[in-house]
Amino acid sequence: MNNTGQKYIARKEIIDSVSSDILRPVRQNRSFILWMGFLGIALIACLYAYTIQLREGLIVTGLRDFVSWGMYIANFVFFVATSLIGMLISAVLGLIGYSWIKPIARIAEIIAVAFAAVAGLVIISDMGRPDRFPYLFMYGRIHSPILWDVTVVTTYLVLSLLLYLLPLLPDLAIAKSRLKNVPGWLIKVYEILSFKWVHSNEQYKILFRSIRILLILIIPTAFAIHTVTSWLFAVTHRSGWNSTIFGPYFLTGAFVSGTAAVIIAMFFYRNNFKLKSYITADHFDKMAKLLVLVSVVYFYFNINEFLVPGYKLEKFDAIHLEALFSGHHALLFWSTQLLGLVIPMILLLFRKMRKPLPAAIISVFVIAGAWMKRYIIVIPTQEHPFLPIQHVPGEWFVYKPTLTETAITLASVILVLMIITILSKTFPVVSIWEVAEEKEKVVAKESSNQGYDNNGEKSINN
Amino acid sequence: MRYAMAVDTKKCVGCSDCVVACQAENNVPHGYAREWVVELVEGSYPNLEMELRSERCNHCDNAPCVRCCPTGASHIVEGGIVLVEHNKCIGCGACITSCPYDARYSHPEGYVDKCTFCEHLVKEGEDPACVAVCPTKCLYFGDLDDPRSEVSKVIKNRKYKTLIPEAGTDPQIFFLT
Repeated sequence: MNNTGQKYIARKEIIDSVSSDILRPVRQNRSFILWMGFLGIALIACLYAYTIQLREGLIVTGLRDFVSWGMYIANFVFFVATSLIGMLISAVLGLIGYSWIKPIARIAEIIAVAFAAVAGLVIISDMGRPDRFPYLFMYGRIHSPILWDVTVVTTYLVLSLLLYLLPLLPDLAIAKSRLKNVPGWLIKVYEILSFKWVHSNEQYKILFRSIRILLILIIPTAFAIHTVTSWLFAVTHRSGWNSTIFGPYFLTGAFVSGTAAVIIAMFFYRNNFKLKSYITADHFDKMAKLLVLVSVVYFYFNINEFLVPGYKLEKFDAIHLEALFSGHHALLFWSTQLLGLVIPMILLLFRKMRKPLPAAIISVFVIAGAWMKRYIIVIPTQEHPFLPIQHVPGEWFVYKPTLTETAITLASVILVLMIITILSKTFPVVSIWEVAEEKEKVVAKESSNQGYDNNGEKSINN
Repeated sequence: MRYAMAVDTKKCVGCSDCVVACQAENNVPHGYAREWVVELVEGSYPNLEMELRSERCNHCDNAPCVRCCPTGASHIVEGGIVLVEHNKCIGCGACITSCPYDARYSHPEGYVDKCTFCEHLVKEGEDPACVAVCPTKCLYFGDLDDPRSEVSKVIKNRKYKTLIPEAGTDPQIFFLT
């Protein structure tokens, strides 16, 4: 048998084994239906809260004159932040040429798509007149940071979707031909979405080129999306927001929460989807190292953000910082900074903590801290305006989210989980063709090494 | 034409008549106010001094609220009056957070509302409701570009301050001290 024939068979075997492993969880089994049913019921209950808000207006929230951006905006910032991980993993690490990201790039992309898509909805829930949302496009003024935000969030969502979908094309073609016990309509969906993919060299050439263009385009877009989100705050004249490092401060914070989200998702897929040989302990080790790196950078920006105004203690900054450091936000502030950033960062320096389970547990703390951190950035500043708050009802002084508001925020989290669940149960979560390609390379390398050895022996014999 | 207001902190007795007149004139919903009275006490007993200020939108020359409005609902009309077009406002809250004076509030109908300098009365040549009703006549309203207007005269002859000048918004309400 000639060399190409051998290669072909080897290749087919690899694709067979890889696709059977990765396609196994792609089915609508009972646990999927139960989980989706649970999410669906919870979502309906939470959406009922939104109908109350639509009827009564924002008065049902804890938002009043002084604190007019609350939990919704904090949640929005968190969602936008977490979605940036798609860019960091696929684009930055991918373009550098790290091949270890290949099995987890799609997980990062799923998180990016889900969080970016719901972020857009979250901002609508904060609007006093959601019915006038189209006005943003009809009367949009380019001067307004709100408009910049809407533009870049939409662009980022579209690019992330494309970046999720394009590398999926060959996998859809594989799924279409190999998946047996799935409903007929799903096969049809695969067929439509795979755009007549036949694994030809030409198709791969076009695919590689378009993915590369997208990867390059998404870097500035992702930087823009979160920098612009930070500018919503930084362009105002308020102590706590009036800062020139808000762009990079938010951006690095985004990578922290996103990396933690990917580690949690990896842990889930590894155990529930039985993908231990694809999402390996080595991936957790590397992702945890990445988390340390981004945490250190974020920690550096935190020092800048608090030490500089803390040293000068200008009149209003002093009031703001006092509330954070020892006032009524102190517990939240210190637990966020310590449990959500500093301690995880130190723990992950140890190899033992970078194993899958400890890394996932630490990531849960990091992501909870990341959410609270957005809360700490958005709310306390508005409670300390320049002019004294006088003669207003007591609840105006301190913002407290209401039950309705919490339910609506919860609805957004449920929506994210639903999107992630649907995407990961209808499409393979690990890229089959890319993983197969990597394996092929390894096999080819091994065989060529053998060849080299043979040659070497020969030369000795001669 | 540049409309402005001067508030005599020495003459103000803090009766809040201006607040009530504004609420009545402008149909401000119950529990909300477009203007408010600030009482600041300085010193320690028995050497106390209280400053009373009737505050409202400063109709800034460099208005951050107008700059950040995504739909152009916040706009400036003749005379430098900053207005909100209720029908165009989407209620995003960007202007509320950008105002260093917290002069804006979210109306129960979802849009953002604030002091208009009673533009509908000023157009007819009348004074704003708060100025007309003030029992101690501590509010002066007029055109800064006209040296004979009341507000120009009083600013020329008295010491005054503006609020949070470091915000760089160039406010047009002057507090006589």
